[in-house]
Amino acid sequence: MAKTIEGLYYSESHEWVRIEGEYGYVGITDYAQQAMGNIVYVDMPEEDDEFTAGEEFGAVESVKAASDLISPVSGVVEEINNDLEDKPELINQDAYSAWIMKIRLTNPEEKDSLMDATAYAAFCEKEQ
Amino acid sequence: MSFPYFPHTDTDIKGMLERIGVKSLDELYGEVPDEVIYKGDYDLPDAMPEMEIRRYFENLDKQNRRLTVFCGCGAYDHYSPAVIPAIISRGEFLTAYTPYQAEISQGTLRYIFEFQTMIAGLTGMDCANASMYDGATSAAEAMLMAMAATKKKSRILVSGTMPANVIETVSTYAKYHGFGMDVIPEDGGVTDKKSMADELLAGDVAGILVPSVNRYGIIEDLSGLADAVHVSKGLLAVYSDPSVLAVIRTPGEWGADIACGDAQPLGIPLNFGGPYVGFLACRKELVRKLPGRIVGATTDIDGKRAFVLTLQAREQHIRREKANSNICSNQSLMALYVTIYLSLMGKEGMRRVNDLSYGGAHYLHKRLLETGKFSEAFEGKPFLKEFTLRTSLPAEKLHAALAAKGYLAAMPMGDDLVSFCVTEKRTREEIDKLVELIKTVEP
Amino acid sequence: MKYYDKLIFELSQNGRCGYSLPECGWDETATDISACLRRESDTRLPEVSEPDVVRHYTNLSNMNFGVDTGFYPLGSCTMKYNPKINEEVASMPGFACLHPLQPESTAQGALQLYHDLSKALSAITGMAEFSLNPFAGAHGELTGLMIMRQYHLQRGDVGRTRVIVPDSAHGTNPASAAVCGLEVVVVKSKPDGTIDTEELASLLDETIAGIMMTNPNTLGLFETEILKIAEMVHGCGGLLYYDGANFNPLLGKVRPGDMGFDILHLNLHKTFSTPHGGGGPGSGPVGVASRLAEYLPYPRVERDDDGCYHIVGSDKSAGRVSGFMGNFTVLMKAYAYILSLGKQNIKKAGALATLNANYIKESLKDCYKLPVDKLCKHEFVFDGLADKSTGVTTLDIAKRLLDYGFHAPTIYFPLLFHQSIMIEPTETESKETLDAFVSVMRKIAEEAKTEPEVLRDAPHNTPVRRLDETTAAKHPILTYFEL
Repeated sequence: MAKTIEGLYYSESHEWVRIEGEYGYVGITDYAQQAMGNIVYVDMPEEDDEFTAGEEFGAVESVKAASDLISPVSGVVEEINNDLEDKPELINQDAYSAWIMKIRLTNPEEKDSLMDATAYAAFCEKEQ
Repeated sequence: MSFPYFPHTDTDIKGMLERIGVKSLDELYGEVPDEVIYKGDYDLPDAMPEMEIRRYFENLDKQNRRLTVFCGCGAYDHYSPAVIPAIISRGEFLTAYTPYQAEISQGTLRYIFEFQTMIAGLTGMDCANASMYDGATSAAEAMLMAMAATKKKSRILVSGTMPANVIETVSTYAKYHGFGMDVIPEDGGVTDKKSMADELLAGDVAGILVPSVNRYGIIEDLSGLADAVHVSKGLLAVYSDPSVLAVIRTPGEWGADIACGDAQPLGIPLNFGGPYVGFLACRKELVRKLPGRIVGATTDIDGKRAFVLTLQAREQHIRREKANSNICSNQSLMALYVTIYLSLMGKEGMRRVNDLSYGGAHYLHKRLLETGKFSEAFEGKPFLKEFTLRTSLPAEKLHAALAAKGYLAAMPMGDDLVSFCVTEKRTREEIDKLVELIKTVEP
Repeated sequence: MKYYDKLIFELSQNGRCGYSLPECGWDETATDISACLRRESDTRLPEVSEPDVVRHYTNLSNMNFGVDTGFYPLGSCTMKYNPKINEEVASMPGFACLHPLQPESTAQGALQLYHDLSKALSAITGMAEFSLNPFAGAHGELTGLMIMRQYHLQRGDVGRTRVIVPDSAHGTNPASAAVCGLEVVVVKSKPDGTIDTEELASLLDETIAGIMMTNPNTLGLFETEILKIAEMVHGCGGLLYYDGANFNPLLGKVRPGDMGFDILHLNLHKTFSTPHGGGGPGSGPVGVASRLAEYLPYPRVERDDDGCYHIVGSDKSAGRVSGFMGNFTVLMKAYAYILSLGKQNIKKAGALATLNANYIKESLKDCYKLPVDKLCKHEFVFDGLADKSTGVTTLDIAKRLLDYGFHAPTIYFPLLFHQSIMIEPTETESKETLDAFVSVMRKIAEEAKTEPEVLRDAPHNTPVRRLDETTAAKHPILTYFEL
């Protein structure tokens, strides 16, 4: 059973965002990492890249699959999680602490169109 | 009619049809609309027994004329050692598929790993893929790679001194894929670096493609290009004949991000243009943008060293329309030619091949100038085995006259320029004969 | 097969040599190249003797499996027997020594071969003209799509930038479309993998350049509505592209030109018996209907009234896609095969391939799950074992087959099923071979119930066993010097 965490916002493409002030931390959900299996590579954006909500910002790869990363929110990349370069398995170990990018939000209201933990858990159930 | 490749006896067919529950072979196509079933005779020759097939090709073979080759232009007449056909013809290599089932494909996987190592070594790059179709398509893929690896860029620059067939192939890919391509004019037979630098200032260039030895045979000085293109966050791709990279400055040493080219000069016969083998090598940071098959080292569950196709998540069968390339194969067997060739040659053999080619080419160059029918086209420009001269003779006529006497030489290069090439296979006697023959060609 | 662990670099000894070249008697050598243009770094090539090389590569070959070794039921790959006469004629010195830029008059044999093979492929497929330049199936696809785009562009129909690809298609189709600058529109297939014509109708408009199809489709089933599909696509101004990956069952039976296809590629390394060479060289000729002939890539070969052959181009050509004129010796092998078939044997080729596939299917469908129980063509797909309770996967079955001396089928493709096992026997396999395969497949189904752990750990008898692919992809080691 995949984990969800209260207080995060979730997208239908299985990314989460944690809002801290004017910043959002974005990663993929536990459900997504389970579906991928062993993650071998994270194709990360660069600092200062700009994304709008719904836009691709990278990809995660396992041995036999690749999945695009879709930004749940709009903003400018402030920082990327360099630890994932050498240790992509951090996502498998704990999907909610292994954030992929920290983004300066340009439209914080967007979080309202995302799911909360309960809604997302129900969404995953249905998808299965 | 019996046929040696179809093992079915009438009894076999009858029994098999019974198990399937149909009455005839035709009934196996029962669902196919009748109007698309082809009922006529195929417009083909009558079936030939093996001896007639051999005779057919022997007759065809006689329609070709074997020439003494003093021409390169992308296909080089180097010596191919006897070991190569002996190994290549082994059915275990020849009739294997792509090594998906690694447990029973370690032979293929290992030689590809060796090939990757040798190409990386010759080009001075960190890593290489399992090979591409040919040089021209490897250059096109290098440019697709540059577009994929850079952001917000819309065009590439190609040096006008690149071989014409490579420029044309890259331009076809650019046209349909939808990125711009500008050809940078040459200056005195070499890439006009000043004009290249000016174009780079626009900031929209994903990559530049330049030759290490150009279409005239000139060894280009590529200094400064890597810095110039890196300032605007583009990539430098260098196109090479890997045989000469054993002695001349490598793409890696010029600071290239990508090295591409055709490895035909490394043991592959001329074959009327194919199969050859393209190569594509890069810096390690770019490996996940590198198209094509890649073999990596790992271990099996018992801890034994083993090799496997890796980084497959880049490829078309997983990424579909998001893959950077549609390539799903390599020229594996041709990569084996190259791997065996380089194993036999080693460091010293590759030096010898280049010394012999260099010596012969410079001797021919000197002798041709002495005839008075040629003059320097690019005074003082360094070359190795291939060079271009200006001739006072009509170029096409000269070329045809030599072919009629059994020599492929003086390849017309436009205007009154002609190109020559000498490999280690050409002897002093052959060179002298060619020069004597040229002396007799009337203007 | 015996495990052998050396790499050629590990046999190297300073000063050993494997080459045999004349001494350099020239006054000038490559050391005269000025220092700033000379290589500084070591080439790091091995130094080994000739016997070292021969033994090393022979030992490597012993860890390989080919069609010459045994049965290779790899779906969609058409691993038929590769006749030896093909190899012999392709190595004739007159061709091997032929420079691609020789004057036409000195290469008439080669040009005639190119011309004759084009004509033969036209006769076999019902297409008007061919280019033999594309190097492989994927390269043929890309070339074919370039021709499709060029056709629309030359007619001023610039808005046709989308191409329809069935969801069951091989990944190469959408990848080729994308490289060609076309947007991919996916058409859903029905449960049997054939195209849903109602859904297709809803996608057709003036932005559609064409549709890419295989027929039979990836489940080995013939698209019976093909003529209707052709009419629909043509009706909206689009073209039909035939992916020749699955042409083998139609060899000698059905011509794509007669089904309404405008452009196709063939895989000479599948249908026309040329060896796969461990991944290549293949050949992917592209054939077109007559109204598209002028868009074929250049260079091309034409025969004049005097029977001489010439290399030509066309102003409207889609362009150049290869350095020279394709994988020429592969073309020779394919033509040798066509000559052996002739107008007589070709009529049997596709039918026997179809017979073999149906025979295996009928012999195993009680113990493997057959999702679509219909007549198949050259191949068919099982969705794993019929009895799913054992937890044995398609991967386990594939690996166990290696223990029994067979190559594995194509697995986990098509994506329509979770446990796809795609089996294509080809026409060159005998009933005895098929029976032996069937009996091993039944034995594996039995093992799945009685000793599933043997399957989960398979293979056991191969030079190496299951590999750690995760580490290979996470920390790639791609050259000897990184080991």
